[in-house]
Amino acid sequence: MNLNLLTIDSARAAIQERKTTAAALVDAHYARIASEDDASDPNKIGAYLVLSKERAAAKAAQIDAMAANGEALPPLAGVPVGIKDVLCTRDVRTTAGSRILGNYIPPYDCTAVARMEAAGAVVLGKLNCDEFAMGSSNENSAWRPVRNPRDLSRVPGGSSGGSAAAVAADLAVATLGSDTGGSIRQPASFCGVVGLMPTYGRVSRYGLIAFASSLDHIGPFTKTVKDAATVLKVIAGRDPMDATSAETPVPDYVAELSKGVRGLRIGVPKEYFGEGLDSEVRAAVEAAIQKLASLGCEIKPISLPHTKYAIPVYYIIATAEASSNLARFDGVRYGYRAKDAKNLSQMYRRTRDCGFGAEVKRRIMLGTYALSAGYYDAYYLKAQKVRTLLTRDFEEAFKQVDAIVTPTSPTAAFKIGEKSDDPLAMYLADIFTVTADLAGICGVSIPCGETKEKLPIGMQILGKHFDESTILRVGHAYEQAA
Amino acid sequence: MKVTEKDVAYVADLANLELSDDERARMLRDLNSILGHIDNLNELDTANVPPMAQVSELYGVDKTKTGSERFIYAAREDVMEGLRKSLPHDEALANAPSTDGTYFKVPKVIER
Repeated sequence: MNLNLLTIDSARAAIQERKTTAAALVDAHYARIASEDDASDPNKIGAYLVLSKERAAAKAAQIDAMAANGEALPPLAGVPVGIKDVLCTRDVRTTAGSRILGNYIPPYDCTAVARMEAAGAVVLGKLNCDEFAMGSSNENSAWRPVRNPRDLSRVPGGSSGGSAAAVAADLAVATLGSDTGGSIRQPASFCGVVGLMPTYGRVSRYGLIAFASSLDHIGPFTKTVKDAATVLKVIAGRDPMDATSAETPVPDYVAELSKGVRGLRIGVPKEYFGEGLDSEVRAAVEAAIQKLASLGCEIKPISLPHTKYAIPVYYIIATAEASSNLARFDGVRYGYRAKDAKNLSQMYRRTRDCGFGAEVKRRIMLGTYALSAGYYDAYYLKAQKVRTLLTRDFEEAFKQVDAIVTPTSPTAAFKIGEKSDDPLAMYLADIFTVTADLAGICGVSIPCGETKEKLPIGMQILGKHFDESTILRVGHAYEQAA
Repeated sequence: MKVTEKDVAYVADLANLELSDDERARMLRDLNSILGHIDNLNELDTANVPPMAQVSELYGVDKTKTGSERFIYAAREDVMEGLRKSLPHDEALANAPSTDGTYFKVPKVIER
């Protein structure tokens, strides 16, 4: 049995049946991290920033004791997982990929992480990401870029690049990431794994270092759609610590998978198949749609007419919210503080100047500008109104179809350095993912082939609010048939 | 050019950033490039479209209720230690760059 190739199901079963132990799984993953990932070696993948070895050993011992006693194991028992570095972990350094939190040791756990561990998961460590989750390539990490395991000269996508790369390179069975404009789905697509963004409010954000509060989501990366369903069941549901977490009941997502897809209506929006879409990506996604048709889905052409306005809306709303959320980083209560400032005001400025990277400062500036007197109506209010139009596009579409299928990204993974000097070009790469964040609907990216250069291609399946069951069913049916 | 050097200086001041001369020049170029793209929104007539600040009030709530009543499930009794205990003093100060053991310490606020 190769301990690095297990899924959640097979790992838990192997431990329950005493064919292996949680401790052996932890060792196998740390061994692979040491050989393939090593953050100190710039030529390796660089997904993990910190390893929580004591915490992992203690959890694995607890699971192994349960298995030895013949107790029924919880759903994630002994499953080695990694956590994006924007999710707080008690006593384990959490930096959000930023120098300004370079020495931050949270005094509490993020709810999603706590629920994973309560369900038996073993946290191996914290995963690299773009600073404050701002980026589409992981090149904005203050620590180092992550390399795509499928081609080390390419980016893994972002901002949850480490979370996607860790699953793709068998450095974890599952990971958690966050998605504000595509930061789960796009790296999942680039690395060839499953990445699920749940509906806004489905998963508590307590303990997530905030980027844009009306857009931030936490969700899993996994090797299979069924594993994504298993993790979602664990982390979803109302949390009193997050007032935006919804009361909506949590279904048994795994059981729902068996319903199949015959008769489901799948919408294909023409706006996602136009100019700028790579021909190999188009061919792979169209072939996947044909596969869904052969499984009994009804394919319907639809229109989401305001799609081309999504990027401008997103980069106003997200940066405006970020400029407010990141005001808390002032060098007083935690994090980095610049030395030798003459007074408080200078200390704030120098701390933020030295603590934040170029992209974070750019977004703080853009957001502050959009909210400043004289520009609020022209930019922020205008963007909020167009957000309404984008949301109505989806409401209209979901009157006709049960799910929508698109490419996740217009291209496969690009080269490290290819877009890092042109922020607008980087922003435009998010064109197919930001719409779902703005509307608050759910979406999943699943692998649907590869380019001639063997780079993964992702298919995005979008669903109605709180209808993760349907998109997971579609993804599972495709995965089983492909 | 919509954004001027003066705007960059003013906004940096609002955002508590200093920015070097190089950073200001770069910011001027980048903000104008991005805002140029954002101006595409002006193609749309939104005079009669309501703004949308967030999605929670639209989905996953009891739509027979209105306003803040929709979020009544998120309310709790206004009591001390309503959801959890406060952090112990030493834990709350543990990440601070400078303390006197009781309070956070900062450089002086008022020049004499």
